[in-house]
Amino acid sequence: MSRLTENIVLDTKEMRAAYCDALIKKARENEKIVVVDADVSHSVGTEPFYKEFPERSVNCGIMEAHAVGMCAGMSETGLVPFFHAFGVFATRRCFDQIFLSCAYQKLNVKIIGADPGVTAASNGGTHMPFEDIGLMRLIPGSVIIEPADVTMYDAAVSYMADNYGVHYLRTSRRKTMRIYKDGAKFVIGKANMLNDGRDVCIIASGIMVYEALKAADMLADKGISARVLDMHTIKPLDKEAAEKAARECGAIVTAENHNVTGGLGAAVCEALSETVPVPVERVGVKESFGEVGSQDYLQKRFGLTADNIVCAALKCISRKK
Amino acid sequence: MDRKITMKAAADIRKLCINELAAAGYGHIGGSMSICDILAVLYTDIMNIDPKDPKKPDRDYLVLSKGHCGPALYATLAYKGYFDVEELKTLNQGGTSLPSHCDRLKTTGIDISTGSLGQGLSLGVGVAMGKKIQGIGGRVFVIVGDGELQEGQNWEAVQFIAHNSLQNLVIIVDNNKRQLDGYTKDICQTFDYKAKFRSFGIHTFEADGHDVCDIYDKLTAAKNTCPSVVIMNTEKGHGCKFAEIPGFNHYMVISKEMADEATAEIDRRLEAGL
Repeated sequence: MSRLTENIVLDTKEMRAAYCDALIKKARENEKIVVVDADVSHSVGTEPFYKEFPERSVNCGIMEAHAVGMCAGMSETGLVPFFHAFGVFATRRCFDQIFLSCAYQKLNVKIIGADPGVTAASNGGTHMPFEDIGLMRLIPGSVIIEPADVTMYDAAVSYMADNYGVHYLRTSRRKTMRIYKDGAKFVIGKANMLNDGRDVCIIASGIMVYEALKAADMLADKGISARVLDMHTIKPLDKEAAEKAARECGAIVTAENHNVTGGLGAAVCEALSETVPVPVERVGVKESFGEVGSQDYLQKRFGLTADNIVCAALKCISRKK
Repeated sequence: MDRKITMKAAADIRKLCINELAAAGYGHIGGSMSICDILAVLYTDIMNIDPKDPKKPDRDYLVLSKGHCGPALYATLAYKGYFDVEELKTLNQGGTSLPSHCDRLKTTGIDISTGSLGQGLSLGVGVAMGKKIQGIGGRVFVIVGDGELQEGQNWEAVQFIAHNSLQNLVIIVDNNKRQLDGYTKDICQTFDYKAKFRSFGIHTFEADGHDVCDIYDKLTAAKNTCPSVVIMNTEKGHGCKFAEIPGFNHYMVISKEMADEATAEIDRRLEAGL
């Protein structure tokens, strides 16, 4: 079991500040790390990196396709580029560049997509990635990480810098609910169990981890014991943890701030259908484009709340044989 | 440079390329022929490379952004001794190290994989930036097609090159004036390249892309002091008799007899000093 905070409250630190702290810390020991931005250093919070490492910082301007290709070329010479853009532009806009310029020729590029799903909030549908995980999952050899709070960045950035390949970090910029205590342990590719349970297992990532924990409390009030897994690494999926949950709980609910097609729910279904087929319900965005609104409004609008998870859990348990 | 030696190299590369394509029975002959003289000059007289140490970090890089013309580059690499010329006969065969489009993971001497047009220049910029940031010597030459310049990503890259005064990269435009479906001027003309590049502040040269001396002079003039482009005026299919036609020559079926005839013609022209 991972060490959780006693009371989950909104963090005082922004996600982007914690990310940049982790990146600077890693860059002090790894001189090959360079930062590349497409005119979002202010938004994504990489400005402190520019101040400390001006010679290792490149702001391309608004040209994501070029930036990704350039990162691929940089990595051929031994650099480890971390490329930043809003999630929609970091993935969807330059998918062929990520696919062919980076992954196909086995180059070493780290892609950071900010504002996943409804966290794009007031930027609205044009800036709201519900499909970025699906796109990135299709790339052979890719790694996809989505932290639930600020405590994971050291582990995520270290992994990305130390391991070769195309890695995608899907990360909120703003303050988020603080789930873990300082010093919590993260192993890329291994889910964290946040609550044990026997009746149903909720597998969540990103902002949905908090909703999953709330849902587990609500289910406990109904006498239902729910396991909660933080599946912070969506690819490679921790199949072992998912299969164990399926065997021991017999029902799975996935919860993601993303389209249920192609995302975490799809990954879990694909894995379990081949090994431990049990009822699965997927909480997430269904066949919709994003739109403008507060994050709270959008979570309700797209069915991304603890209430939605509870409903899905009850339905899923009723489907058990 | 020695004009005769480089012309001979170009003729040899052309012959190797035609016979390589004939062994496969088909291929991208037109665009491959248009760059043979450019490749001959680059690999014979310009680039700092070592076929015995193909990965040396301070080497000059070549990015063939028009990756479908890989067969011309493979012929050049074989000519230079990166691998045995016999390998050329395996082009496009299952398991080959010579796929139709350039693949850095499969072919010794290929620096960057290409094939999705418009992406090579950004990749080359990345290599040049990597060299610059780490203080590694060597330049990057990127060959793009004139038709390929229809892809918008090229102009993102040109803007970046100009803004950052990237001096260790030379853009080479194979201005063969044709693309897959026909003449570029008919499909979507790319207007005045020289003016376009100059408007970005890029040092702009123009050469006869089939005159090895002119190619050499302009590539030499593209010094390591400011961002440069050399527009090579070429003819699609040049030097291969059966491909020197006004009709479709982007991709042709090629028999051994056609290759033999074209090879003899190359020898005849070389002998005549053409």
